[in-house]
Amino acid sequence: MKLRVYRYNPDTDIEPRMQAFEVKSWPGMMLREALLEVRKQDESFAFRHSCGEGVCGSDGMNVNGRNRLACITPVAELKEPIDVRPFPGRPVIRDLVVDMTQFYEQYRNVRPYLVRKDPLPEAEVLQSPADREKLDGLYECILCGCCSTSCPSFWWNPEKFHGPAALLQAYRFLADSRDQATDERLDDLEGPYKLFRCHSIMNCVDVCPKGLNPTRAINKIKDLMLSHAI
Amino acid sequence: MSLPKRRFDSLIIGAGGAGLNAALRLSAADARVAVVSKVFPTRSHTVAAQGGVNAALANVLPDDWHWHMFDTVKGSDYLGDQDAIEYMCREAIPTVYELEHAGVPFSRLDNGRIYQRAFGGMSQNFGGDQAARTCAAADRTGHAILHTLYQQNLRARTHFFDEFFAIDLLRDEEGAILGALVLEIETGAPLVIEAKTTLLATGGYGQVFRTTTNAFINTGDGMAMALRAGVPLQDMEFFQFHPTGVAGKGMLITEGARGEGGYLMNVRGERFMERYAPKALDLASRDVVSRAIATEVREGRGCGEEGDHVLLKLDHLGRDVVGRRLPGISEICRTFLGIDPAEEPIPVFPTAHYAMGGIPTDRLGRVVAPARHGPEEVVPGLYAAGECACVSVHGANRLGGNSLLDILVFGRAAGNDIIQFLKEKPNHRPLPDSAVEPALARLARWDRKGEGETVHAVKADLRKLMEDHCGVFRTEAVMAEGVDKLKALRERIDGVRLRDHSQTFNTARIEALELDNLVDVGMATLMSALYRQESRGAHSRVDFPKRDDANWMKHSLYFREGDRMDFKPVRTKPLTVESFPPKERVY
Repeated sequence: MKLRVYRYNPDTDIEPRMQAFEVKSWPGMMLREALLEVRKQDESFAFRHSCGEGVCGSDGMNVNGRNRLACITPVAELKEPIDVRPFPGRPVIRDLVVDMTQFYEQYRNVRPYLVRKDPLPEAEVLQSPADREKLDGLYECILCGCCSTSCPSFWWNPEKFHGPAALLQAYRFLADSRDQATDERLDDLEGPYKLFRCHSIMNCVDVCPKGLNPTRAINKIKDLMLSHAI
Repeated sequence: MSLPKRRFDSLIIGAGGAGLNAALRLSAADARVAVVSKVFPTRSHTVAAQGGVNAALANVLPDDWHWHMFDTVKGSDYLGDQDAIEYMCREAIPTVYELEHAGVPFSRLDNGRIYQRAFGGMSQNFGGDQAARTCAAADRTGHAILHTLYQQNLRARTHFFDEFFAIDLLRDEEGAILGALVLEIETGAPLVIEAKTTLLATGGYGQVFRTTTNAFINTGDGMAMALRAGVPLQDMEFFQFHPTGVAGKGMLITEGARGEGGYLMNVRGERFMERYAPKALDLASRDVVSRAIATEVREGRGCGEEGDHVLLKLDHLGRDVVGRRLPGISEICRTFLGIDPAEEPIPVFPTAHYAMGGIPTDRLGRVVAPARHGPEEVVPGLYAAGECACVSVHGANRLGGNSLLDILVFGRAAGNDIIQFLKEKPNHRPLPDSAVEPALARLARWDRKGEGETVHAVKADLRKLMEDHCGVFRTEAVMAEGVDKLKALRERIDGVRLRDHSQTFNTARIEALELDNLVDVGMATLMSALYRQESRGAHSRVDFPKRDDANWMKHSLYFREGDRMDFKPVRTKPLTVESFPPKERVY
């Protein structure tokens, strides 16, 4: 099986290049395993990975032009040679490893934590199954970054536009019946950029390896803002 | 010495559930706390925990923390320390409520309370009917908890060092721990972090086995650091094989799948657990179910072309239950097996999963080791919590749902004790230059250039060796041969060379440092397993098939220096209730 991987080591390289590798595949092989085979041939090839089952969110990368999680991408589904590049739009640290600082900063900017103002009960805060269901499709985000780094609005304005991942989390707390900071959350999202730079291009929905829908969440925030304004 | 140095009140190494819950206590108390993690915190392996966290909330069926305590003591095969177990089971209840208040999206019952499911080894009324004690967020409970704890730490403004690798602890001549030498992975630059207290919360070491549910990062870093600092490791022979890893691949299929009503079948279509655990059936303790599966396969009743696994049947539960309660494992089955568990059974086999043993601590999270005045003297300034620690609440076998509980309760307890420590000892102890030298030497060793074996080759041999010589069933001859081979492998490390000596994000160097750690914890495991001449919990000796309380109801301790073994007594006296004396364990 043929792969071409993006190589760049700032210690030794002036500019990036694509390097071809040939590895033996097996039935059910995932791209992460293929990249580990590449590492056996060349230990200087760097990429992040850990759980191998799509829950830790470490191994997001651009594969044949599309952002994916390597550990849950079967190589059999990919056209050869498989082109593997770092996430677009992020500064490359080395090979497939990119600097995600801005992505995490945008996440922190949406106050991604539950806020309770009432005194806390001794036991749990009650929540109906129907209210809990409103969090499905939101809380499962693994912060892999596939969505935000495939979003043109995030490419152009990463310091101003929160991006789909952070906005999905913003809505995760707005949608939580237990949260008591709705006004502050919505006020925080005012202005032309943070939320409203989303132009419903929907790349985020297309690439999310967990099948989540940030665009829908963003539209729901927009609806909330509208009713909030009235 | 021109090394950059940072000073904090408290250093936490590891950003899983234990580290983050401790950090939350400390940040809330206005302590200056640094959390060092080799991965971004939400990548820590707590994220992969599925089924849930145990607490006797009694939301579904009657329950009592005392029953939970009984189940845990029995599950531990009477090797767990009963003071720590009582503490954990009592604290479980407020701990889960605290998590809920922090935002964990637990699944809910119709009355709005937290959903609880049945899990293995759990009973009502001291061994009676099945209990429902495991609080769940679908089958993504670890993910929900880890993200929530990280989020609340952001709110508390905890100081994170993301993608920094801890090389070694720093200690002075009196043995006090003064912080750690860490490596910034992005730049390759070493950094001294000086701290009044250091908490090891580095998780497990399943990567020492070839097939494991554990992530690539679970390499026993904290345990090996403790060993190199002269601290022994406790009860390392007890390594849990989870009954239901995806056969041949290792991904975890939660015990919650059986808790929701799934069961195991052999090639004849028999529900074979009836023969091994007539009452608890598929929800017997994990050691019991794993041995049953291994026995079925060994005796020729395995499934598949090779007869090398059994099947976990869920299709009778209906698409609604499978989809709503087990969405995560449905995804795993689709992705890795191309099957829908609501229609087809899942091929499973026992898979290396969890270390019951680890760094010995008391129930406040303080690391204790034999010294002048007894077997449990506090190592000044050093704490441990979570899978890397051995409190010991799991003894010889951990119950499902008790590991998330362990990391939360004892991470919190350690945080609280550190706050007390900082009040009593407000000053840093002096850090002599000499304290950093051993850690720098460990790092410099990997700068050696030239011909030699690769890290990858030695690591692959190690993992195969551990699987072959320290699996579910063990014998003297096989383990003794394993120890010899492992000693030979340890010698080979000296001849291993890196090809890549660059500074920027050098993952090869990190893997080399992890290999050092894996070899140390592997040796602790094999040596301890060879020494214990009885069968207890997860440690099954074919040549010593019975539990031997007269000679072996004691904790083992492995010291790295001279590969020495020692022992200390089990704490059988609980805090406030009567002790549970050892009994025969039937499910």
